[in-house]
Amino acid sequence: MSIQENNQLLRFTTAGSVDDGKSTLIGRLLYDSKSIFEDQIEAVKTSSEKKGFDYVDLSLLTDGLRSEREQGITIDVAYRYFATPKRKFIIADTPGHIQYTRNMVTGASTANLAIILIDARKGLLEQTHRHSFIASLLKIPHVVVCVNKMDLVDYSEEVYNRIVADYQAFSSKLDIKDVQFVPISALNGDNVVARSENMDWYEGATLLYHLEHVHIASDFNHIDCRFPVQMVIRPHTLGFQDFRGYAGRVDGGIFKPGDEVKVLPSGFTSKIKSIELDGKSIVEAYAPMSVTMTLQDEIDISRGDMIVRPNNQPNVEQDLEVMVCWMNQKTLQSRTKVIVKHTTKECQAMVKDIQYSVDVNTLHRIEGITEIGMNDIARISLRTAQPLFFDSYRRNRQTGSLILIDPNTNETVGAGMIV
Amino acid sequence: MGSYYLPHLKELEAEAIFVIREVVSQFERPALLFSGGKDSIVLSHLAKKAFYPAKIPFPLIHIDTGHNFPETIEFRDWLIGNLSVQLIVGSVQESIDKGRVREETGVNASRNALQTVTLLDTLEAFKIDAAMGGARRDEEKARAKERFFSHRDEFGQWDPKNQRPELWNLFNGKKHHGEHFRIFPISNWTEMDVWQYIKEENIALPSLYFSHERDCVVRDEVILAKSEYLPLKEGERVQRLVVRYRTCGDMPITGAVLSNADTLELIIEEVATTRTTERGTRADDKRGETAMEDRKKAGYF
Repeated sequence: MSIQENNQLLRFTTAGSVDDGKSTLIGRLLYDSKSIFEDQIEAVKTSSEKKGFDYVDLSLLTDGLRSEREQGITIDVAYRYFATPKRKFIIADTPGHIQYTRNMVTGASTANLAIILIDARKGLLEQTHRHSFIASLLKIPHVVVCVNKMDLVDYSEEVYNRIVADYQAFSSKLDIKDVQFVPISALNGDNVVARSENMDWYEGATLLYHLEHVHIASDFNHIDCRFPVQMVIRPHTLGFQDFRGYAGRVDGGIFKPGDEVKVLPSGFTSKIKSIELDGKSIVEAYAPMSVTMTLQDEIDISRGDMIVRPNNQPNVEQDLEVMVCWMNQKTLQSRTKVIVKHTTKECQAMVKDIQYSVDVNTLHRIEGITEIGMNDIARISLRTAQPLFFDSYRRNRQTGSLILIDPNTNETVGAGMIV
Repeated sequence: MGSYYLPHLKELEAEAIFVIREVVSQFERPALLFSGGKDSIVLSHLAKKAFYPAKIPFPLIHIDTGHNFPETIEFRDWLIGNLSVQLIVGSVQESIDKGRVREETGVNASRNALQTVTLLDTLEAFKIDAAMGGARRDEEKARAKERFFSHRDEFGQWDPKNQRPELWNLFNGKKHHGEHFRIFPISNWTEMDVWQYIKEENIALPSLYFSHERDCVVRDEVILAKSEYLPLKEGERVQRLVVRYRTCGDMPITGAVLSNADTLELIIEEVATTRTTERGTRADDKRGETAMEDRKKAGYF
């Protein structure tokens, strides 16, 4: 295999508004890693000139829709791609305004890492709290706090140290495992891709170095074996008369041929006969691999069932406590009926109770509420029509997450993290 | 050993296969939109892997503008036989003959926009409720905002400002009668990923993608193939050039690049050092800043 084929993929999210230099930072990463093409730069230059700007507005690179370009704001999550010889990167670029909490949550749901930008002149703001809370709620494994615009505070170590201390004091209330800090100037490129000559006192890594080297191999759960069955493959062809394969994506643990397994909800046990993809056998299957599994015994298995190990089983329950981010104009009340999608399973559910909502700026709980609206984050009790096979979101982001769907409009109205 | 992570191509492959299997599980009559280009060829390859040893459980749909490169049609027919899968052809010429659309005239005329009507008519005729395509988010700024599962109303329209949020790997394909979905399993792939994957998996491609000699006309800095569909302007002359194609659309609108890259290795090297986007050679995207967004809203690929 060539070096490139061994590259890992890092998905990260950036949340912020135009003011804190988010677009400039993304532009800088793309530009310095030579990921912007000439025709893209030309198009952005032309647009900038048309708008009468005397600088090249790199945010035009990420704002794609007509209304976004007209209003000069990001409405929706935009995905950007770049690569270095070390890694491939997917950026989920999300708007940072409170109105767009749902977009931040969307971008965060698949991220390995979150970049949180702080303006060195302003220090911690309400939106810093909001972004950090969402990173913590969505269990993004790694956070990098970029103290930006260091050029505007004379590259002062003191300013930087004070912001780091403030952030550490604040984030001790949150559940973030890995926090790193980098003093940068996105505009001038200090410590983004190249080391800054203006901050001798900083001995840590540049932002890009960190993105290239942060340890992400353990971001998936490789302990608890979870294989939600997506579909059953029955070829009905001469060569494969009796073939019965269970297709799916591993959501946790390591599966090997010969392993004893248990099938939920039936409870039948068997052994793995083979794990394969495209007829090629696989020695070990782990998250996030898509594979086809065959078992030694003929068992009735269908979509929504889960293959696990007998000695390590998920919760099997109909009552769930869920942190939910509400994403729809129509409010959510107690007794509201929804459709739940969880792994490959889908069933009806009812909201039994709204416990409290969280003020995303102060992290305070608001008790005694009867409904939650768009962009609210709340803890609810859910009763499902059938048992779900789940782990806590903290333990497994795949088997611990679910979405809520409005049965009338079919829209995705909520994102849930099982407590 | 001991380190359990997937190299990026394997992770992208696993993601795409998961999405393709979700489509077959959630929809009644899915189909794969096959253009003959490398992205839809990669998509067909992924579909084969997803269901092996069963055959691909949905048809391939080709919207034939009548202005295709002959190499594309030849390759399409070879691949269909190879995969033993059903092919549905929607013909733009038929849409014109039936009066469903009116052909553009003039030297820069193209059937690109006309395809949308033929596509929507074909999806309706075969009651397709999920049409998979090989579009990628890195191709174009409107596509950067696309979902994996992209909802279309009963008129086939895309409403970019009111898209369903898409979280984790939980895809919501619920719809009302008459609506359908466009699905993009390789959303997260870049042009480089596609080429590396083609090399790693040894996937066959039409000869257009490799360097060859061809009679060309250079118009507005775009190298176009000489063909019966391309009326020449006054003063234009035909030149013999050594070129290859980075994308594979209609003959009169797809620009070639000067290139000697005649192997996958050389193409990957070229892609790594090139300084323009692949759609930069497409005349259809040059009809205004939001040309792609406008076409997509109407129901284009």
